Amino acid sequence: MLAQHLPVLVAVVPLVAAPLIVVARSGFLGWVTALLVAAATTAMSAALLAQATASGTISYAIGSWPPPWGIEYRVDAANALVALLVSAVALVVVPYARRSVSAEVGQDRQYLFYALLMLCLAGLLGMALTGDAFNLFVFLEISSLSTYVLIALGRHRRALLAAYQYLVLGTTGATFYVIGVGLLYLATGTLNFADMAVRLADVRDARPLAAGLAFITAGIGLKLALFPLHAWLPNAYACAPSAVSAFVAATATKVSIYVLMRVYFSVFGVDAVFRDLPTGAILAVLSVAAMFAASAAAIVQPDLKRLLAFSSVGQVGYITLGISLGSAPGLAAAMAHVVNHGITKGALFLLAGAMALRLGGTGMDRVAGLARTMPVTAFAFVVGGLSLIGVPGTAGFASKWALVSAAIEAGRWWIAGAVLLSSLLAVAYVWRFVECAYFREPPAGAPDRDEAPADMTGPALALTAAVVAAGLFASPVLEASTRAAAALMGFAR
Amino acid sequence: MTASAALHPGLWLAAAGVAAVFLRGRARQAVLLAAPLAALAFLWALPDGPHGAWSFLGFEATLVRLDNLSRLFATIFAVMAFAGALYALGQASRLEVPAALVYAGSAIGAALAGDLLTLFVFWELMAVGSTLVLWSAGPQAFAASRRYLAMHLLGGVLLMAGIAGHVAATGSIAFHLMRPDTVATALILAGFLLNAGAPPVSAWLPDAYPEASWSGMVFLSAFTTKTAVYALLRGFAGTEILVPIGLFMVFYGIVYAILENDMRRILAYSIVNQVGFMVTGAGIGTEMAVNGAAAHAFTHILYKALLLMSAGAVLLQTGKRKCTDLGGLFRTMPLTAACGIVGALAISSFPLTSGFVSKSMVSQAAADGHLQAVWLLLTAASAGVFLHAGIKFPWFVFFQKDSGLRPAEPPPAMRAAMVLLAFLCVAIGVVPGPLYALLPYPVHYVPYTAGHVVAMLQLLLFSGLAFFLLLPMLRRTLTITLDTDWAWRRLAPAAWAPVEAAIEVARRGVLGPARDLLARAAGAVARFGSPQGAFGGAWSVRAMAGWVVALLAALLILTYR
Repeated sequence: MLAQHLPVLVAVVPLVAAPLIVVARSGFLGWVTALLVAAATTAMSAALLAQATASGTISYAIGSWPPPWGIEYRVDAANALVALLVSAVALVVVPYARRSVSAEVGQDRQYLFYALLMLCLAGLLGMALTGDAFNLFVFLEISSLSTYVLIALGRHRRALLAAYQYLVLGTTGATFYVIGVGLLYLATGTLNFADMAVRLADVRDARPLAAGLAFITAGIGLKLALFPLHAWLPNAYACAPSAVSAFVAATATKVSIYVLMRVYFSVFGVDAVFRDLPTGAILAVLSVAAMFAASAAAIVQPDLKRLLAFSSVGQVGYITLGISLGSAPGLAAAMAHVVNHGITKGALFLLAGAMALRLGGTGMDRVAGLARTMPVTAFAFVVGGLSLIGVPGTAGFASKWALVSAAIEAGRWWIAGAVLLSSLLAVAYVWRFVECAYFREPPAGAPDRDEAPADMTGPALALTAAVVAAGLFASPVLEASTRAAAALMGFAR
Repeated sequence: MTASAALHPGLWLAAAGVAAVFLRGRARQAVLLAAPLAALAFLWALPDGPHGAWSFLGFEATLVRLDNLSRLFATIFAVMAFAGALYALGQASRLEVPAALVYAGSAIGAALAGDLLTLFVFWELMAVGSTLVLWSAGPQAFAASRRYLAMHLLGGVLLMAGIAGHVAATGSIAFHLMRPDTVATALILAGFLLNAGAPPVSAWLPDAYPEASWSGMVFLSAFTTKTAVYALLRGFAGTEILVPIGLFMVFYGIVYAILENDMRRILAYSIVNQVGFMVTGAGIGTEMAVNGAAAHAFTHILYKALLLMSAGAVLLQTGKRKCTDLGGLFRTMPLTAACGIVGALAISSFPLTSGFVSKSMVSQAAADGHLQAVWLLLTAASAGVFLHAGIKFPWFVFFQKDSGLRPAEPPPAMRAAMVLLAFLCVAIGVVPGPLYALLPYPVHYVPYTAGHVVAMLQLLLFSGLAFFLLLPMLRRTLTITLDTDWAWRRLAPAAWAPVEAAIEVARRGVLGPARDLLARAAGAVARFGSPQGAFGGAWSVRAMAGWVVALLAALLILTYR
C-alpha cells in the first residue's frame, strides 16, 4: 500500500519533519529526527531506483489528478539515481553533523539547523523527482531559501555576506528559470515535462522556445555554478558550516545539473538543443574555460575549503562538458561524474570539517604538518584528492575515463585532450595540500596526535571508502549512469 | 574472480606494503622480507594463461595474463623487491620500503596485466608508489619528486588518451602487438617511451633518481623503465622508429655519464644507456632481439641494483656523492668495493658475468638482421659503457687517490643484499641456461664461443687501455677543477664535443625558455586566481549579476534564428 506512494513520500517525509523539529525546539531531537528521515529517504530512494531499473518509469499522480492536469511525480533510472545520491549523502552528513554543528553553531540555533537541513533535503529530492516544471520551481526555491540560511549559520560574519550574495544571485537564477518555463508554457500550454516534450514537436515558431531555453540555461546554469556564473560558490562553500559545505557541495549543484539534463534531453530533445542550436558549442567552451580557470585558481587559494570550492567549479566543467557532447555516452559520463564527484567532494568537505574542528580553521598555514597531528584525516584527504585528479582506483578515474571515451567517440579529440591536461592542474592543487600536510612542520605547540572524534571521522572515512570502492568496482555506477542516460533520452516514449 | 587470481602476486605485494606502514619492529621486517618471496611463490604457482577476469568500466578485463614474457618480468621484479627490501632493512624512513613494495607490486601488476585497462591502472599506481619512494628521502628531494610526478602524470595523460582512442576505434581493450600508425597507438607508444626515459624527455630520470635516499634509488632503478621495456616488447616489437630512439638513448647515456661527477648520477645516465639497448632490441623485433632485450632487462636490473647498492653504501657511510670527494675506499670497504666491481664487470659484459650472456644477444640480432650500422653502433657503445660505468665508477670511488676517508663497511643486511646480487650476476654469467629457459622464445644463442669471448675481451681491453692512457691527463686536471663540468667537457674526446655541445644548446634553447614560460604562467595564475586577483578575488554582486545577464544575452543572440 505504502509502496505505491514512494515517489512522493521521499520528498514529503523530510518536508513534514522540518516543522516537527521546529516545534520540538531541541537540537538533540532534531538530530535524531534528521537521522531517521535521512535513513528513510535513502531506503525509499534505493527502492525507487531498484523499481525503476527493473520495470521502467514510475508515474505517480498527486491527489489522483491524472497528468498532465495534476502534478505528476515521474521516477526513472535517472532521477532515482540522483535522489539516491542526495539521500545517501544526507545519511552520511547527519551523523557527522552532531558534533560538527555543536562546535560551529550556537546551542540555541541547532534545532533550526536540522529543520533547515530537512527543508533543503526535501527541496532537492522534490526537484529531482517531480515531473512538473512549476512544481520544480517551488522545490528549487525551498532548497535555495534553506541553503541561504544554512550558509548564513557559518561562524564568521563573512558567511552573512556570502549568503546574501548567493541569495541575490540565486533568486535571479530562479527567476530566469521561471521566465523560461513561462515561455514554454505559452508555447505548449502545459507544465508537465513529458507532455511538454510531446507538444513541442508541434510548435511552429521556434523563437520563443529558443528564448525559453536560453533563460532556463542561464537560470539553472547559475544554480549549478556554470562558468562564469560560479562566483557565488567559493564564498558560500568556504563560509558555510562544515556539515553544510559537505552536503551542499555534494548534492545541490548536482540536482541542478540533473534539471538541465532533463530539460535538454527529455523535454527539448537532442536534435533541438544540439543540432538546431549551437548550445553544445557554447556549453563546451564554458566548460573548458571552467576546467582550466577554476582549477588554476584553486591552486593559489590560501584556504582549503576555498580550494575545494574552486575545484568544484572546475569539476562541474567536466560534467557540463559531458552534456555538451549531446550524445548518450557523453550524457552517461556526465551522470557518472555527478555521482562520483558528489561522493568525492562530500568526503573531502567532511574531512576539511574534521580539520576545522581540531585546528580552528582550514587555512593552508593551519593544516601544516597535518600528517603528524591527524594522519588518518590527512591520508583520507589525499585519497579524495587522487579522485579529483582521476587516478585509477578512485571514483574520479571511472568518470574521467567515460568522459574521455565519449569525447573520442564523438570525434572530438581536443575535448579529450582538454580533460586530460586540465587534470594536471588538479595535480597541482592536490599537491599543495600534500606539501603543507606532509612536508611542513606542525605549528609550535601542536598536539602530538589529535584526530577528530570518531563520530566525525567515521562518516568521512566511510565516504572516502566509497570513493575507493566506486573506483575499484566502477561498473555499477557506470551501468546505472548509462541506464540513466537512456531514460533521459527516451523520456517521452 | 577465479581462485587462482586470488593469489595475484602484485596485489598481495602492494597490500603487504600498505600493511607494513602500520607495523613496527620485527613484524615489520618479517613482512617486508616475506612479502616479495610470497609474491614469487604465488607467481610460480600460477599456470600460464589468463586469470582473474574482472569487470571494469564496462569491459571484461583480465588481471593476469601469464606467458613467458610476463612471467620473466614479474619474476625479476619480485626478486628485486626482495633484494631491495633486504638492503634497506635499516632504512630510517618508515615510508620508503613499504612504498617500494607498493611500487614493485604495481610493476608486477603491470607486467602481468592482461589488457590495456589493467595495464593503465597499475601504470598509474606505479607512478604514485615511485613518487612516494622518492619523497621519503626528505625535504631535499621534494622539488625533484614534484617534477618526477608531473612528468609521469603527463605520461599517464598520453597513455590514457591513447588507450581511450584505441579502445574507441577497435572496441577492444586487448593488449596485443600494435603499429603506431594511428593517433591513438602513437600516443600509447609515446606514453610507454616516456617511462622508458626516451628522448626528448630522458632528463627526468637523472634529474630525479639521484635525489632518492641511499636505498631508494636501488628500487627506482629497477621497475619503471623496465616495465616500459616490457610494454614496448609486448606492444611495439618490430617498430622501426624504436631503433634510432634506442641508439640515441645509448649514446646520450654514455656522453652524459662520462661528463658527470656525481657517482649516482653517473649510474642514472647509465640506466638511460642500458634501456637504450633494450629499446633498440624492441625496435629490431626479431625473436632473437626480443629475447635479447628481455634477457638484458633481467640482468640489468640485477647488476644496476648491485652498482647502486655499492654506491648507496658509500653514500650512507661517507655522506659524499661526488667522485672528486671520494677515492681509496677499497681499504676499509673491501666487500662493497668487490661487489661494486662485480657489478661493473657485469654491466661491461665481461665474460662469466650476467651482462655477457644478455647484451650480445641484441647486437647479434642486429647482425642477423643485416643491420650493419646498428651492430657497429652497439658494439662501439659497449666500449663506451665500459668506460663510464665499468671503469669510471669503481676507479674514482674505490681507488684513484686516497681521499683520507676511512668509512666502515655497511651493516650486515646491506652486505647480505650485495652478496646475493653479486652471486646472481656471476651465477647467470656462468650458467646462463636457466635464464635462457625463461625467455619468451626458444634460444639458439651460444654465448661462450671462442669468437664471442675473444672479441669481447679485445673490446674491453682496448677501451680499458684507452681509459688508463688518458688517466694521467685526467688526473692532472682532476686536482684543479673536477667540480666544474666544463673541464670535463674540454677533456672529453674531441669526437663527442660537438655532439655534446649540440645537445647542450638544444637543452638550453628549449629548457630555458620553457622554464621562463612556466614561471611567468605561474605568476599569472597567482595574480589571476588568488583571493586578491581578478578571478579568485571577491566579486561584487553587480559583477556576478552582470555576468548572468551577459550570458543570457549571449545565449539569446547565438541561438536567435
